[in-house]
Amino acid sequence: MRRFGTLPLVGALAALGLARLACAVDTTQMPTPELQARYSALTHELRCMQCQNQSLADSQVGLAADLRAEVRDMLLAGKSDDDVRAFMVARYGDFILFRPRFAPRTAWLWLAPGLLLLIGVGVFARVVRKRTALLGADPDPVDEDPRP
Amino acid sequence: MNRFLVPIVAFALLVVVLAIGIRHAPEKGTIPSALLGKPAPGFALPNLTDPAHTVRSSDLKGRWYLFNVWGTWCFECRAEHQTLLEVRQAGVVPLIGLDWKDDDTEARSWLEQLGNPYEAVAVDHGGRTAIDWGVYGAPETFLVSPQGLVVYKLVGPLTHEVWAREILPRVSRQSAAGT
Repeated sequence: MRRFGTLPLVGALAALGLARLACAVDTTQMPTPELQARYSALTHELRCMQCQNQSLADSQVGLAADLRAEVRDMLLAGKSDDDVRAFMVARYGDFILFRPRFAPRTAWLWLAPGLLLLIGVGVFARVVRKRTALLGADPDPVDEDPRP
Repeated sequence: MNRFLVPIVAFALLVVVLAIGIRHAPEKGTIPSALLGKPAPGFALPNLTDPAHTVRSSDLKGRWYLFNVWGTWCFECRAEHQTLLEVRQAGVVPLIGLDWKDDDTEARSWLEQLGNPYEAVAVDHGGRTAIDWGVYGAPETFLVSPQGLVVYKLVGPLTHEVWAREILPRVSRQSAAGT
């Protein structure tokens, strides 16, 4: 009984897998698993320029299909991932990368969060120090609360 | 007073930064072309109205031209067509069309019905030339200088305003300096 108990589960999982395949926009098959992985990674990190919050891999737009074909052909021709990125950036600009490169133009984009965090930590430290100093000067401030 | 000073100053600074950002983005939401100031991509494609001949970018060297990407499937292209015809009539800059992923027969009848503003129309079935130009939605128009550099790019329909504000001054400034 136990032996057959897992069968429906396996079947359900297989069906789920098939359903996922059927949903996929991009059914490109690369000749090796290594190329397939690189192709998949690249098409997920390149933006579809027509539907700007989707990646090339997710988009059904004609241009996205053209650009996916371009990625596929470049990989099949033995180009590196950086070659593909450089090809796209030369034509469409940094905006096509979901993860922009660090360059003078994008420096603020990368540095601003850290800078803001530092400012926040600075303000926090100052407030804490001030309050500690106040506590030190007056060990029992509650008693002297001027409010009635 | 003092405890409000820092937040108020910080807020004022933020307002200034955002105001500058809004002011400096006249073409809101459009992405600057990576090709600006760079050589226009080369192409050699069949001529729509004369398939035996090839439209070559190398034949266009040495003069200004507007490279206009369109297709009969493109709604906005119909909207700009009248302006394109007027640009042709003005005779300042020739229009070179790129018929992007289109049906040749439909494209030819479009030009017969609406009028043909182009000096030549290159046919890009595969979309490869459009990719080289960084095109992501028709209509797009590029202004190319006699040196073969892309000096201006417009995403969206060409209007009188854009023509007068962006294209005409660039062309006349350059030709005045040349003579």
